[in-house]
Amino acid sequence: MTDQFEPVIIGFTCNWCSYRAADLAGTARIKYPPNVRLIRLMCSGRLDPTFVLKALSEGADGVLIAGCHPGECHYLEQNYKALRRHRLMQRTLAQFGIEPERVRLTWASAAEGAKFAEDITEMVEQVRKLGPLNWPANLPTKPVPVGMVAAEIPVLSEEVA
Amino acid sequence: MTDKTQQERAGEERIGVYVCHCGSNIAGVVNVEAVAKFAAEDLKDRGVVLARDYTFMCSVAGQELIEQDIHEQGLTRVVVAACSPHLHEKTFRNVCERSGINPYLSEMASIREHVAWVHTDKAAATAKAKAIVNGAVERVLKNEPLEAIRVPIDAATLVVGGGIAGLQAALEVAEAGYDVYLIEREASLGGHMAQFDKTFPTLDCAACILTPKMAAVGSHARIHLFTWSEVEKVEGFVGNYTVTVKKKPRYVDEDVCTGCGICVEKCPVMVVDENFEAGIGYRKAIYWPFAQAVPNLPVLDPDTCTYFIGGKGGCKACEIFCPTVPNSILFDQKEERVSLKVGNIILATGWDLFNARRIPQYGYGRLANVFTSLELERMCNAAGPTSGRVVLRDGQTAPKAVGIVHCVGSRDRNYNGYCSAICCMQSLKLAHLVKERTGAEVYNFYIDIRTPGKEYDEFYLRVMDEGVHFVRGKVAEVSDVPIAPSEEGGKLYVQVEDTLAGLQRRIPVDMVVLSAGLEPRHDSAEVGKTFGIACSTNGWFIEKHAKMDPIATMTEGVFVAGCAQGPKDIPASVSQGAAAAARVLSHIRQGELALEPIRASVLEEQCSGCRICNGLCPFNAISFVAERKVSEINAALCQGCGTCVAACPAGAIQGSGFSNEQVLAQIEGLLRDVAQPVTREPVTA
Amino acid sequence: MKALFYPGCSMQRNARPYLDSLLAIRADIGLELQEIDDWNCCGATEYMSVHRVAAHSLIGRNLALAQAQAVDTDVLTAGCSACFLNLSKTDTQMREDAKLNGTVNEALAAGGLHYDAGSLKVRHLLDLVCHDIGYDAVKARVVKPLYGLKVAAYYGCQVVRPDYDGRWDSHEHPTAMDTLLRALGAEVVDWSLKTQCCGGHMSVIGPEVAFGLIRRLIHGAAEAGADMVVTLCPMCQLNLDAYQVEMNKHFHTDYRVPVLYFTQLMGLAFGKSAKELGIGKEFVDATPALAKIQAEAPKVAEAKRRRRPKPGDGLPMPRME
Repeated sequence: MTDQFEPVIIGFTCNWCSYRAADLAGTARIKYPPNVRLIRLMCSGRLDPTFVLKALSEGADGVLIAGCHPGECHYLEQNYKALRRHRLMQRTLAQFGIEPERVRLTWASAAEGAKFAEDITEMVEQVRKLGPLNWPANLPTKPVPVGMVAAEIPVLSEEVA
Repeated sequence: MTDKTQQERAGEERIGVYVCHCGSNIAGVVNVEAVAKFAAEDLKDRGVVLARDYTFMCSVAGQELIEQDIHEQGLTRVVVAACSPHLHEKTFRNVCERSGINPYLSEMASIREHVAWVHTDKAAATAKAKAIVNGAVERVLKNEPLEAIRVPIDAATLVVGGGIAGLQAALEVAEAGYDVYLIEREASLGGHMAQFDKTFPTLDCAACILTPKMAAVGSHARIHLFTWSEVEKVEGFVGNYTVTVKKKPRYVDEDVCTGCGICVEKCPVMVVDENFEAGIGYRKAIYWPFAQAVPNLPVLDPDTCTYFIGGKGGCKACEIFCPTVPNSILFDQKEERVSLKVGNIILATGWDLFNARRIPQYGYGRLANVFTSLELERMCNAAGPTSGRVVLRDGQTAPKAVGIVHCVGSRDRNYNGYCSAICCMQSLKLAHLVKERTGAEVYNFYIDIRTPGKEYDEFYLRVMDEGVHFVRGKVAEVSDVPIAPSEEGGKLYVQVEDTLAGLQRRIPVDMVVLSAGLEPRHDSAEVGKTFGIACSTNGWFIEKHAKMDPIATMTEGVFVAGCAQGPKDIPASVSQGAAAAARVLSHIRQGELALEPIRASVLEEQCSGCRICNGLCPFNAISFVAERKVSEINAALCQGCGTCVAACPAGAIQGSGFSNEQVLAQIEGLLRDVAQPVTREPVTA
Repeated sequence: MKALFYPGCSMQRNARPYLDSLLAIRADIGLELQEIDDWNCCGATEYMSVHRVAAHSLIGRNLALAQAQAVDTDVLTAGCSACFLNLSKTDTQMREDAKLNGTVNEALAAGGLHYDAGSLKVRHLLDLVCHDIGYDAVKARVVKPLYGLKVAAYYGCQVVRPDYDGRWDSHEHPTAMDTLLRALGAEVVDWSLKTQCCGGHMSVIGPEVAFGLIRRLIHGAAEAGADMVVTLCPMCQLNLDAYQVEMNKHFHTDYRVPVLYFTQLMGLAFGKSAKELGIGKEFVDATPALAKIQAEAPKVAEAKRRRRPKPGDGLPMPRME
């Protein structure tokens, strides 16, 4: 192992598709880098943005969110809600000064072990390039001027609304 | 939740951690001893009182190990680091339950599928396994004891759709002694099967085998028929559904009408029957769909009835000649709504025929002698518009050559990518019938012949022996235009690439039959929404599991049968109808049902009544209680996805089994090895 | 609306009436055309199979010029089917194939040019008229409706296929030109040869094959009762019109089905003179057919009242919604 940066990524998966995709990657012995640690939720719609911020603030360098493909949600349409939240989160993260690429949303059906492994590999490489987030140590120590951000919140595009 | 800190709780709980070798499956990559040692030593202050590694945790000996420790060491919570929870979560929950711990106080750490099988670097894999175990330990500390939710089951059952699948399901449930409400959109039971002449591969007459079933359903004391009716609304949950049924006016008094048929005979209006006769036959304005209709009641179509068209004036022949007292014709009959209480629902809503007009190069609707397979079915039927004669559109001439085009709208990415499953056999059947009745040369144009049923391939061989021609190739075009002067006019030319001979062929025929595929009902998405189930991208209702549970749906208590779930033939539809009934009967016999307690619930004192959650639930489980100005979640309707939990701005919604506390604790555990000590200066505004 | 215009070689020579009629009607339909300055050959159908990169570069030059010269529009239109297809093909393939994009732009760079794939919207003239200007706008300009004229709308192969940008309702049986011609007052016959081959260059390299294909179309149009074939492609017009006489000789037949461009019929309906529209330059005289145009709308038989079918009526035809 060289001393290249090894990111730690928290992966949120849904019980029905993406967690099973990860299981399938295992059963099929598909290899991917060991940098991702998975958490099972019932649905990607369960993903509270707090979880993402918590993971980043506890030392994760990136967060991967994986749900069922659009139209295939076990709970009919809740992955769309994950999609909306992800879009909003991207904006919030940017305002925090965190590269939005650190939080990725992907779809993986229970049959897509290989695809999910590929997504993980890509994500690890992406975060590796971005470097350590080191958020806990970088939390602001100076007060943020009040009112600076509010005026700059961009208008949401239609796809988010 | 309690107000205890994680540290306080850790002090009280006694956690046992078990690391499975799974033979060499895990132990070959992960240093299992090191993982167990890590749990025992480094997680001691987190409540771990013992950690063991063992060859096969799921074996009887492995399970006994845990049981023994629970009894002897007084474990209060258990973490098993082994395979995916989808494999053995239930196993270890049962171990806990047997040993007197609430089953939900156990947790699995997946170090086989998510570590040993996907990584090669042993050091990194072991480190990851430790992190996962750490996450599971933190999570299990936050687990709450849960009890399965028990709901009583109403024994009455709703069956939607009176085709062969629905008939079978209704009969099975009713025969077991329970009430069945059978809802049929059309005026009679029978579905598509009633339109057919013969059935493959045995060529029994469809009516001969279907009508006894229709009659049995129609006269069954336990089956309550609602024909000419549709389900409008479904409320409630498994065991306890309230269904609103809309009864369309048939303008005939169901209680008085004797079905004598004088009204039909006297009605002067004759219109094309687009429905039962597939557009090639006629019906009156007051009519039966077909002679053996069940119930034996006519229905009046106000769109074609002279009396209604004339703004309620004139004609009235049906009323004038009706012999019953009081008169059975009710021109003023209105739509009615009926509310039914049922415990389970079987959806057998069937299919629509692919609209062959969508492939203009095949000429359906433009070229007179291009027919759909359903039109030919009606033509072959002795009770059909031609009394069983196979003739051209002129109604007279028997064809001398007939081309049957397979896969029309199926296995074609421009229309439907899927195989409609029945068209090969149907085409073979029609080829046989045409040959038998006209002696014509019959050409089948196919992509592949798919005959995977019992005695199906034998039937294929039989039809080949009868001299039917088979050309392997997808038809490019059906044209009435001769190309070369040598080609006769007045013929249809089937342009096809014969892939076996490696030739382009133009085969002149008199009649072309398009073996149109099966499509989901045009309104399947709306129907799905009414019943809280989803459609696949193709539009068929999604079953719970494609292989292991093709009968249940994701909504508890709603089952699918027949083509509503996907294209299938009659035997498969009958089997699935019976299977759905068996599932329902199992529910009914249990009396009450235990549901997974993974549910969301509202803490009323924290709920501000903002109603953000109300619109998020696809199962309509969340309602607003106006009196108390709070939202409320119906535990039996809730499927536990947790979207509302994540959305509640007040944090007032709890998701049992996947609570915020559990997930946040798991994140902390997973990241303990990388979390840096934080030194922060206070942030002041 | 405004569009960049690539006339192509045929519109300047054998399909001159197409260009003349287009120029004659453009003001009526509010179409402003900006011809690309210094355009070159589109490579027709053959070049692409001789040398793919050279062919794309040849077309890429036209696209690059158009992009550089574009003022107030990003729409590039052509009347010739082959020209349209080539422009569209190069634009699409450059968009989808990064390597090709690089190679073509490298070639263009030698001439100081560059094309950003996807920056222009390549559209056939018929597409603009039907879908952007619209049937209503066309109908509003009609002063001499083509009542009594029966026409067969012939699209040929290259405009509706492969249809990179999904512009047409059907690739086998399109209806846009049918609707347009109906808006002009003409009666459009139903025939199934709308997108069949006109023979293309076979008329030069294998006349017998071409004659067979031409015969099919002309015979089919005549059988369907059409007074003329209306087309949107110079190649189709040339084959069906100029080779009709030879085809007749070959088969010992005597078809006389004139072949005009849709722009010419639009011009007639807008009240332009035949001369202005280039009518009279065709090989098969269109005069007898055009003489059928009446001042009055033909009486449409009133929808038959439903009646009871009689024996011998035959089976009803499928309802077409």
